[in-house]
Amino acid sequence: MSEHAHRDDFGSKLGMWLFLVTEMVLFGGLFIAYSVMRHRYPAEFHHGGAELNATLAVINTLALLTSSLTVVMSIVATQRGEIKRAMALLGTTVGLGAVFLVIKSFEWAAKFHHGIYPSSAHLATLPPGEQVFFGLYFSITGLHGLHVIAGMGVLSWVLWMMARGRVRADRYIHLENSGLYWHLVDVIWIFLLPLFYLAS
Amino acid sequence: MTYSATAQPSYLQDTGGRTGLMAWIASTDHKRIGVLYLVSMLSFFSIGVGIGFVMRLVQLTTFQHLITAQTYNALFTVHGVVMIFLFVIPGLGAVFGNFFLPILIGAKDVAFPRLNLASWYFFMTGAILAILSLFTGGGAPDTGWTFYAPFSIKTGTNVSLAIFGATILGFSSMLTGINFITTIHRLRAPGMEWFRMPLMCWAVYSTSWVQILATPILAITLVLVILERFFGIGIFDPTKGGDPVLYQHLFWIYSHPAVYIMILPAMGAITEIIPTFARRTIFGYKAIAFSSLAIAGVGSLVWAHHMFTSGMSGFAQMLFSLLTMIVAVPSAIKVFNWVSTLYKGSIDFQPPLLFALTFIFLFCIGGLTGVMQGALAINVHVHDTYFIVGHFHYVMFGGTGFAFFAALLYWFPKMFGKMYSKKAIYASWFPMFIGFNMLYFGMLILGMMGMPRRYYVHLPQFHPMHVFATVGSWLLVLGLLIYFGTLLTALFKGEKAEDNPWGGVTLEWTIPSPPPLENFEEIPTITTGPYHYAEGKK
Repeated sequence: MSEHAHRDDFGSKLGMWLFLVTEMVLFGGLFIAYSVMRHRYPAEFHHGGAELNATLAVINTLALLTSSLTVVMSIVATQRGEIKRAMALLGTTVGLGAVFLVIKSFEWAAKFHHGIYPSSAHLATLPPGEQVFFGLYFSITGLHGLHVIAGMGVLSWVLWMMARGRVRADRYIHLENSGLYWHLVDVIWIFLLPLFYLAS
Repeated sequence: MTYSATAQPSYLQDTGGRTGLMAWIASTDHKRIGVLYLVSMLSFFSIGVGIGFVMRLVQLTTFQHLITAQTYNALFTVHGVVMIFLFVIPGLGAVFGNFFLPILIGAKDVAFPRLNLASWYFFMTGAILAILSLFTGGGAPDTGWTFYAPFSIKTGTNVSLAIFGATILGFSSMLTGINFITTIHRLRAPGMEWFRMPLMCWAVYSTSWVQILATPILAITLVLVILERFFGIGIFDPTKGGDPVLYQHLFWIYSHPAVYIMILPAMGAITEIIPTFARRTIFGYKAIAFSSLAIAGVGSLVWAHHMFTSGMSGFAQMLFSLLTMIVAVPSAIKVFNWVSTLYKGSIDFQPPLLFALTFIFLFCIGGLTGVMQGALAINVHVHDTYFIVGHFHYVMFGGTGFAFFAALLYWFPKMFGKMYSKKAIYASWFPMFIGFNMLYFGMLILGMMGMPRRYYVHLPQFHPMHVFATVGSWLLVLGLLIYFGTLLTALFKGEKAEDNPWGGVTLEWTIPSPPPLENFEEIPTITTGPYHYAEGKK
């Protein structure tokens, strides 16, 4: 219908923040489940956490933190009109996201290899608290992984828009908003790291 | 305010170059999207009514007939899912919020028109998936609309698809909430201060916050059930250390606030109707505005009153019982303010007012029976009986449903530019009102006698009241048929409606019926409160 002449970057950002609130509440539900179960099975959660690979998780944390930094730098570069630089920085973010996923997949594969996956025969021999721990582990890190993929998709789309000249120094709200989304993905991971990997 | 004779064409004529169906399903005009919601929701509503009608027929006898017990389980599940997720949750917010929120605050559209259309597509996708689940897989879901674990995890029926549909419906609701909040924050006309907004906007605003803060919990809970069904992650499965009661908590953390998603916009619409027909300003503007926010806030803290018999500490039960009592206060504030507005008003009795008053009456019965159940001692006795069923139908149907009918009567002339036969509407009211009370007051009595809900057959001592309620359901359906028949007739053959048939003073009555595409020729500048009737000076 009518293409609205007015443009409201503040409004767009407000909408994005509200969306981020829904995402936080979404994970909040999982954190509630985690708290309840950890309260019930403290020893099992301790034991389960010890079986996770904290080194890989810390490397992944560094990858995500760096990727958030490059998004911010990309925004600054766009504001200055250095689009090529901005694209390189944004590309780095997407690449670091891919690094995160690759490491994550190695980590999951190792777990599968040891017979730890939902409904596995080995898992059934573990005490109930550990079964729940791994159930939560796979659900939450899996859902987070999907968010990483979604974030990479959105950032790639912005990259494409930059190449087409639709994101530029006087119009970068798409980059800013998708950057906000990426920070959220990052922040959630910051919570997952201590809850699972450093729990022991 | 007036508009020039060379006014723009109405939104119904101005299709932006699209033709046929595309003029509707590809339009980002908030008014057309509102009508899309209206048509789709009323279609789902008629399915829900049909199922309810059949369930009442089943209760005409004390033995198995017409359908099997398993089908009965599927029917009450589908009736609940359709009525709750496809009718009352989107409810007045999706139809009248979309159509009138931008007009009421003096805007041309919502903040994100394309997202708005996307929300409708999410809604339809979810709805179609939910309905598909009836005919595919292991048969229609039989868990009840609450999808309680562990049964929802174990049952062989097509629960996964239905739940997936409900999750997508949740996204629609969230996105609409984001859209409306941003709209109210950013697009109010010059001079439209927060406390000059019509109270419908406050209601929609409060609702939107609930949609944003509560719906994601439902989404994640349902996703966990799906994961449970496909992979057996064990979070709700006691054999793996999980806990089904956790499911109930998570489910009601959303689904109780959802009750306020259903009722708040309804209250907002009633708050628009009452001052128009009382010809005076609303009594206690700020009290109503803040009570909407209070309902949204306190309503988020009462969820466990659905679970008094599920296993909880006595202290938690007392706490939730207390909070439940407190949430009745802001609702009561609204009722008192509506009645006070009518007091010494110059009342012009018209069909929308009749339905609005009916809303107040039925909602009071629903609300007071709700307070009864908030009391722990009573709750334990009437839990899972027809008393509960009667109570929430008084609130949801007598409340939201009748408010929906009232709002539709109030705004129909504006939306479609046609006036309906008032006599026919009055004629529909009698069977509707009498049938409604026979049906649901009958259920309240049955519940007090001890009739459990969701039972396929009943004991002989409950039989007379069941027959009474079923006859009520026939009258109710008759009333609904007359009501919607009247509106359909008006749509095609009705007289042209005036721009301001009720003498209202909020912004929608200052523009043509039906409104032009961009609502206002010139964005108005607001200098007074919303209900500035001559008698009602501040």
